[in-house]
Amino acid sequence: YLSNTSTLSTKMAKSFPEEVLEHVFSFITSDSDRNAVSLVCKSWYEIERWCRKRVFVGNCYAVSPRILTRRFPEVRSVEIKGKPHFADFNLVPEGWGGCVYPWISAMAGAYPWLEEIRLKRMVVSDEALELISTSFCNFKVLVLSSCEGFSTDGLASIAANCRELRVLDLRESEVDDLSGHWLSHFPDTWTSLVSLNIACLGSEVSFSALERLVARSPNLRTLRLNRAVSLEKLHNLLCRAPQLVEFGTGAYSSELRPDVFSNLAGAFSGCKQLKGLSGFWDVVPAYLPAIYLTCSGLTSLNLSYATIQSPDLVKLVSQCHNLQRLWVLDYIEDIGLDALAASCKHLQELRVFPSDPYVVDPNVSLTERGLVAVSEGCPKLQSVLYFCRQMSNAALVAIARNRPNLVCFRLCIIEPRAPDYLTLEPLDAGFGAIVEHCKELRRLSLSGLLTDRVFEYIGTRGRKLEMLSIAFAGESDLGLHHVLSGCESLRKLEIRDCPFGDKALLANAAKLETMRSLWMSSCSVSFGACKLLGQKLPRLNVEVIDERGSPDSRPESCPVEKLYIYRTVAGPRVDMPPFVWTIDEDAALRV
Amino acid sequence: MSMPFEEHDYIGLSETPAMENSEKLASKGLNLKATELRLGLPGSESPERGNGLGVLKGFISGAKRGFSDTINGDSGKWVFTGNGGSDVDLGKNGALFSPRSVNGSGSEGTSLKEVVPPSPKAVHEKKPQISAVNGHGVAPAAKAQVVGWPPIRSFRKNSMAVNPPKSDEDAKLGSGCLYVKVSMDGAPYLRKVDLKTYSSYMELSSALEKMFSCFTIGQCGAHGVPLRDGMSESRLMDLLHGSEYVLTYEDKDDDWMLVGDVPWEFKATWDIVCDYSSCLQAYKLDLHKSTVISGLHVWFLQPLEPWRRAETASSATV
Repeated sequence: YLSNTSTLSTKMAKSFPEEVLEHVFSFITSDSDRNAVSLVCKSWYEIERWCRKRVFVGNCYAVSPRILTRRFPEVRSVEIKGKPHFADFNLVPEGWGGCVYPWISAMAGAYPWLEEIRLKRMVVSDEALELISTSFCNFKVLVLSSCEGFSTDGLASIAANCRELRVLDLRESEVDDLSGHWLSHFPDTWTSLVSLNIACLGSEVSFSALERLVARSPNLRTLRLNRAVSLEKLHNLLCRAPQLVEFGTGAYSSELRPDVFSNLAGAFSGCKQLKGLSGFWDVVPAYLPAIYLTCSGLTSLNLSYATIQSPDLVKLVSQCHNLQRLWVLDYIEDIGLDALAASCKHLQELRVFPSDPYVVDPNVSLTERGLVAVSEGCPKLQSVLYFCRQMSNAALVAIARNRPNLVCFRLCIIEPRAPDYLTLEPLDAGFGAIVEHCKELRRLSLSGLLTDRVFEYIGTRGRKLEMLSIAFAGESDLGLHHVLSGCESLRKLEIRDCPFGDKALLANAAKLETMRSLWMSSCSVSFGACKLLGQKLPRLNVEVIDERGSPDSRPESCPVEKLYIYRTVAGPRVDMPPFVWTIDEDAALRV
Repeated sequence: MSMPFEEHDYIGLSETPAMENSEKLASKGLNLKATELRLGLPGSESPERGNGLGVLKGFISGAKRGFSDTINGDSGKWVFTGNGGSDVDLGKNGALFSPRSVNGSGSEGTSLKEVVPPSPKAVHEKKPQISAVNGHGVAPAAKAQVVGWPPIRSFRKNSMAVNPPKSDEDAKLGSGCLYVKVSMDGAPYLRKVDLKTYSSYMELSSALEKMFSCFTIGQCGAHGVPLRDGMSESRLMDLLHGSEYVLTYEDKDDDWMLVGDVPWEFKATWDIVCDYSSCLQAYKLDLHKSTVISGLHVWFLQPLEPWRRAETASSATV
């Protein structure tokens, strides 16, 4: 009987018609599940690849456009990420790479029915945008997150040619803002807009064009305006779009005029479905009450550009009983976070940004106490980003014990290597408690004074940790070794200004093939070690990023400025700029 | 445009302290071919640990760079206490520069009020006890500003720079600009300069000289604007060429400070002049009335008081 089961299962696999399997697979949407399905057997691999509609490429250099289009011929939706995360903080030199054009070009030929493109940290040229607009007749969704390299001319192409466009989301991209005319290129017959986010644009778009656009878009759910849209005009838009779910204001300031206020308040109260608000640049506090009527329905509030003080913030936030996500400046202070903890019992995500990150002395009264209060009062809190100027092990331990359900914990103590301000000890114990109690922790960013010990805790207890960010921490290679030899789930590791060198890296070289990427800058990894890694591990690209000239011109023991290692099936890059070097299998230095 | 933070590393530290360490490590003969990792007890990895932060301290305590180095003493226009008096003494009060009085003797009470934390990154000067912590030897950050730290996206930085909390519509906005008004007594209008486009006091003084020279050689007539009452053309010329003008500014404590005491690279100078959170926050002082008028720090070219004139004559200008 036992020897028959294997033949039985093979028969079963073969006997299921492909259509049935395809239908079953269509319910499997998660990428990792899809990947697992494709590994079962050859026929499943074939069926799965023909019916995969959505692909996520976490690193644009891990795979080539050709490999993608050859394996998955029927893709409708693509998401691609380019530069490493530290590019957000200017650590990746200009011109490093991440150009999307080759992808668009390949997909233009292979996927004429492509509907969605989502890009993050990629260089997108106007030519790429124009190619998108003319290649995909059914194109619906364009999301450009932290991208750069394009101008409003490129947007004009998209506006003019994409008749089926539903989503245009430019979140935090750097756009060469030539003029606001591009918006007028949307044809009057186009009525399918669902989501528009132009918050990152500087120049003014034609307001009448915007008004007409909103008026003819009955499906509009998300509208995020840019700063240039004045407050007096908001009610025009809101009245025309009472079905809005997410709204981002422009500059929220105006002379105090009762008619403006009452128009605005009326318009807001008309939006009964409103769940998310953002924008709020240049806030005049007197106008805040205009949104009070929406507060009880709000689940998401982004006040991270709102330079209003704690009392106004408290008045606002304590009315938002259903709030799940709050982004705010440290003007909220400890006292405001106490109020938050008391009022917002459904809070899941909190981000507190620094209003004045470059001065030494605190300009506001925001300390570790605020975060502890929120961790106590908000049982569903799972994601934290917190900038502050002092922290203690006791506070971190309290947070860890209060919130074992934390999934993302990013703490930035503004001064590098700042110790526990009470005991002057390193913060090893505090972060150790975080990884010990928060067993579901997937993302962690460290700061403050840390020895190698914290990495021992992280390595052994951070079993589900997928992304780890380290800065100005550790004492020796032992620290890095703890992380690389532990952390079973680690995918992304980014390190800056730590005394980590060759030994840990070389001893754990195999680990690098199980991760998406490793970034190290201002550390002590020698060029010789990079060469060794590049030679021994052909499935990795070992990129040395060094603006001081060829590493061959210096001794091999000389540390490299920056190092970016990632696994790839696409081989070495062909588009490297002059300051990036990789090493061939024959140890030849390739530029 | 030059980036003063990276080029003028007056403390002498390289941009990446960690690299200095590793060069030292390399010179101790770490063999790259020996890839085995010794996993001894923490602390047994002595080379890295010992050098980790101690090296940095060594660099900092060795940095003594008087302001005199930054100023070319040839220009008779500049008055400052000549010698490099900015002793770096981390041990005592942790300040990277000690406050000096104008006449150099240290007896002047006014300047001692202002012990300003030098740079955003050199925070430990204010907490001297930290340097003795547990032997971990916290190294005061060497640079005025570290690239990419704190980790804030450019989009956010630019947005905040354009809209500081209490905004003043007058001054030009944008991250990377530090505009201040400069007024010369007797000149019919003020000028604005972006301090960040200059990399030394000399450059600034030349630029200001050019800007205000028109008022001294009768060109005000060309603008059609008369000089202020009580200030004749020749008097201005005398003042300018007679080296009796000094550049002063008013700091947070409302003290009149002589420009040039603090090394140019110390961006903290601009903290004093302009609240760092916005280049727009400051107080403008009208020399004639000595009252606060409105929101901008102003640098004034003002005539020397008699007691200072005597000082100039006797002290060395290098």
